[in-house]
Amino acid sequence: MDGQAILLRLTSTFGPGIVETHDHHGDPTAVVERSAILEAFRFCRDDPDLRFNVLMDLTAVDYLKYPEREFGPRFEVVYHLYSLPHNHRLRLKVRVEEDDARAPSAVGLWPIANWFEREVWDMFGIRFDGHPDLRRLLMYEEFQGHPLRKDYPVTKRQPLIGPNN
Amino acid sequence: MGLGGFFTGKLDEAIGWARKYSIFQYPFVTACCGMEYMATACSHYDVDRFGAGLPRFSPRQADVLFVVGTISHKLAPVLKRVYDQMCEPKWVVAFGVCTCTGGFYDNYATVMGIDTIIPVDVYIPGCPPRPESVIDGLMKLQEKIAAGAQRY
Repeated sequence: MDGQAILLRLTSTFGPGIVETHDHHGDPTAVVERSAILEAFRFCRDDPDLRFNVLMDLTAVDYLKYPEREFGPRFEVVYHLYSLPHNHRLRLKVRVEEDDARAPSAVGLWPIANWFEREVWDMFGIRFDGHPDLRRLLMYEEFQGHPLRKDYPVTKRQPLIGPNN
Repeated sequence: MGLGGFFTGKLDEAIGWARKYSIFQYPFVTACCGMEYMATACSHYDVDRFGAGLPRFSPRQADVLFVVGTISHKLAPVLKRVYDQMCEPKWVVAFGVCTCTGGFYDNYATVMGIDTIIPVDVYIPGCPPRPESVIDGLMKLQEKIAAGAQRY
């Protein structure tokens, strides 16, 4: 299926659960409501026409002070899906607010999401409800804060040993 | 030495001479500098000419700690521990600009030079350093070893 057809299938199935879509250069993207995202995942994975059996990537974006998005939800969690049987791709996004920075976990659908979600929690401080073991992945447990948030000072270091330079 | 002559020289010099040609190194390789380290160690550049061709993968058997590649704050305690496990006399080579100063990683994750954690004898800058630089650094280390100089 081409991008337009995939997006059409999603919007016709989920209606208001899909906030917006675009298909820039054949790169289909859908922004999904947080309440609908798990159902959308399951549909994308199991629908015989879609069959997105691979979660290629799961990451997040911090839109703090981003032009024209100052008042919108601060974070976006981004999911890149790929279908081996159909050789097509889809990007799904979920917007989350700063004071309610959580999203449903995709571990039950794609086990690879386990470490991806741990990384997003580590770097951005977004929690994933239903994750079996949400610990930091890259930084050490003593680390305070989430370094890829835009308001984390660029050169702020928290060494385990040695000087704080 | 003629008849009735005798060997003069200092024992230290003899030991230094022996040590500088039997460098057992512990490669602490973490990043892209490792490629250049391998290039230097292999036959084309051949560090075996300098008696440094035998890496020991246990710090307890090593004389020289080669720190090759970026050291993050998470890894710093490990590096310190490896250094502490080495028997004296021991030397440390900072291989590449990341180990010398942190390089361009001026951020939350990276140690700004391993000399903030352990003493360093020879700095080899470069990103990564060419094998010629590495051999130059190795020869400088040999001079230092022969002179009996250590920083630990």
